[in-house]
Amino acid sequence: MGKKMLFMLLLSLLLFAVGNAQTPLEEVLTDTTGPPVPTSPSNVYVEDKPDDDGHGVIVRWDLSPDDGAGMDNVLGYEVYRSDSPDGEYSYVGMAIKGSDEYEDQDDSPIKNGVPNPDFIETEKTYYYKVRSMAAGGIFSEHSEIASGQAIENWFHSGKIGILVGVLIFWSFVVYFIFKARGGKDFYVRPLAGINAVDDAIGRATEMGRPILFVLGTGTAGDIATIAGFTILSRVAKLTAEYQTKILVPVNEPVMMAVAQETVRTAYLEAGRPDIYKPELISYETAMQFPYVAAVNGIMLRERTATNFYMGVFHAESLILAETGNIAGSIQISGTDQISQLPFFIAATDYTLIGEELYAASAYLSKEPILVGTLKAQDWGKAILMLLLLIGAILISANLSFIRDMVTVNI
Amino acid sequence: MRKQIPIYFVFGSGIIMIVQYFIPSEESDWLFTYANDWVIVVGIFALALGIWSLLRSEFRKLKDPKERFYAAVLLFGFFIMIFTGLKAENLEAGSLMFDIFENVLIPIQATIFSLLAFYVASAAYRAFRARTVLATILLLTAFIIMARLLPLGPISEVNQYGVAWILAIPNMAAKRAITMGVGLGAIATCIKIILGIERTYLGHD
Amino acid sequence: MTFWDKLMNIDRRWVYLCIGIVVIIPAIIPFKVPVSTTLEVERIYDFVESCEAGDYIYLGIDYDPSTLAELDPMTYAILNHAFSKDVNVITACLSQFGPAMAELRLTEVAQQYGKESGKDYCFLGYRPYPAITILSMGLDFQVTFPLDYYGVPVDSLEIMQGIRNLQDVKGVISLTAGNVADFWITYGNGRFGFPLALGVTGVMGADYYQYLQSGQIFGLIPGIKGAAEYEVLSGFETTGLRSIPYQTLSHGVILLFIIISNIGYFASKRKKRT
Repeated sequence: MGKKMLFMLLLSLLLFAVGNAQTPLEEVLTDTTGPPVPTSPSNVYVEDKPDDDGHGVIVRWDLSPDDGAGMDNVLGYEVYRSDSPDGEYSYVGMAIKGSDEYEDQDDSPIKNGVPNPDFIETEKTYYYKVRSMAAGGIFSEHSEIASGQAIENWFHSGKIGILVGVLIFWSFVVYFIFKARGGKDFYVRPLAGINAVDDAIGRATEMGRPILFVLGTGTAGDIATIAGFTILSRVAKLTAEYQTKILVPVNEPVMMAVAQETVRTAYLEAGRPDIYKPELISYETAMQFPYVAAVNGIMLRERTATNFYMGVFHAESLILAETGNIAGSIQISGTDQISQLPFFIAATDYTLIGEELYAASAYLSKEPILVGTLKAQDWGKAILMLLLLIGAILISANLSFIRDMVTVNI
Repeated sequence: MRKQIPIYFVFGSGIIMIVQYFIPSEESDWLFTYANDWVIVVGIFALALGIWSLLRSEFRKLKDPKERFYAAVLLFGFFIMIFTGLKAENLEAGSLMFDIFENVLIPIQATIFSLLAFYVASAAYRAFRARTVLATILLLTAFIIMARLLPLGPISEVNQYGVAWILAIPNMAAKRAITMGVGLGAIATCIKIILGIERTYLGHD
Repeated sequence: MTFWDKLMNIDRRWVYLCIGIVVIIPAIIPFKVPVSTTLEVERIYDFVESCEAGDYIYLGIDYDPSTLAELDPMTYAILNHAFSKDVNVITACLSQFGPAMAELRLTEVAQQYGKESGKDYCFLGYRPYPAITILSMGLDFQVTFPLDYYGVPVDSLEIMQGIRNLQDVKGVISLTAGNVADFWITYGNGRFGFPLALGVTGVMGADYYQYLQSGQIFGLIPGIKGAAEYEVLSGFETTGLRSIPYQTLSHGVILLFIIISNIGYFASKRKKRT
């Protein structure tokens, strides 16, 4: 298999070289003088691949003098590996001309049920040699042998920027939570969408029609869906108090289980566990548009007075919102899906934009601790704005250290 | 106690997954895969629950004259797809299941998607009115973007520049701002969940 | 209710009727609308055009039937373009409900050019978890897909000899209607740095211009308009270009209704003032 691949590779390289040199294939094949042999790469050394699970090394070398200069006939480099300095070296891969490194990495000891020859063991010394390759299957001598080991790393240095950012933000959150616990009252700007929740539920009660709560087409693990659950909890509590029916059709079974628990507890807290029925929260289907058909059907048949759309939405947002409009419902929407926000803004009465959806639980509960986290967000935003401004000015002056500082190398 | 255990569990797994993100080692990879496998396992068990709930509610609806028809259609479709899909080879072209998929499901989905064309028109008619300065900006922007599809001769040429500018500058600026807000909001929500401050998703305050 | 008020409160069913009528017109009286091309689509066309016979491209048919109206023309145009230039096409589907549909499209175009599966193109099939699948394909196709869609071992396919992973293809084009596009950017281009282009629905289009600007994708085909542009450039006319008259007329009607509602709004406001 390896040999076959090598052959194909050489053949394709040969064809590539032929194509590049604009020389007919026959001429190359019948040329007996032979092209000149390129010089080997030098100063080969092997180092551990940083920030990995200990199954990768990087082989580096200085370019052959004939790569891009000299005879300029180098097409690439072949890398060979062995377990011992004098053992049999096998081909592991190639790098194209102009590149001075090759990453040898494989973390599967078994492949297709048989031991994987490409597997790199942690902390085992491997020996490498490299040779240059020219058109027509001409190779240089092998370079000197270099050895190295793959080491398992316990911290990803490329993610240090994220770590610093997370730590700063966490300290803000913790600081503001403590401040809030100490009795500090934070001001948050009013959100029309949140203020309308009570009225919307009141309206449904007066009309004697049910409330529809749509958690979107995301999964139970999406932050927007979790934010949807927290709003559902408040809404369900109010509907239990007012004895108004709430319908929660969902498109994911896990979401159904969580929503049932959320609504059941909300009814319990409102002192009305007797009117809770698990079928208020129903699983419809996992497919997007069949789900839309199911929800639209509920809207039109039940003539829901108020519709909430809180969670992750895709192309269905406008279809749902316009159907709700036809049914004459008051509609409050919230999503973090930027492309769907315009549809919700155009077709529903109130829209919570992105982070406002996440903040809704703090607004609805008015708990100082939750409101405190909103303040932390504001500070986080202020820092981001400052970084953006300074970064933009510096990068305009060709100074890239702010950019480098925040760049994540995964 | 019933309230405490899930919160400890969330705290523990949240912190472990955060730490895992910064560790590239093999053990950390294994942990990540293991945690994700759990998500799949939970999903499969929940699917059984979901189907059970669906069937129970639809069979109940069969008794309601108002809902009977819809429930019957749903149950018919449900069982047809299960029976035609029981054999593995039924997933190939030419089988009954494949034909239903290709000739019933695909057209129905495309039909519902195409409702968007009508709804975009009615929503645009209602929403795009120059009531305020901001609404006027929204209206003009919508106008420029939509007019790019009309063959207006030399106006189209000029309009292309307008479209490109709107998409690349104001559109991008607004989107990035919202994305950053969403990002911070998401981290804040996660912290609240991990620290047990936000627990409504567990079914209680 | 005055005439001006009525202009502002036209029953939505009239709007639907007008849209319904104008989307039928091009079907009865076919006509063509000139399509001007944009740089983001031209770049993808130029990329495929620059491929030589035997080069590899990866085409991700990562959508499902619900969005085929917008994305199918892109699939057809790119496949036609690539096969006509004898470019080797590797495809897979990262959308749960898409593989059967993707396979149909692929074999349909391949047959027109007498292309053989496993030799001139291959369809690897579907794997869940797009992020992990992309990361894994970036290292080794064979690990991600030991067998292709038809159950043939991938390492035995003629087309796969001389190619190991996504880093070996000349470029990747993913046609998608969901967050798979983000995964391609983050885990594909971000991790492996291969040239990436996207074909997305019209609605999603505006979201991905930022990645063009940052160079994370080299081209973008947004919706039917983009697909039609690609058809104009490549000369393979399918449903993209044929859909443009429908789009033009329906957009015209929407603009007309917006104008009507604003005339009604301003006239009734003036009347109230006087």
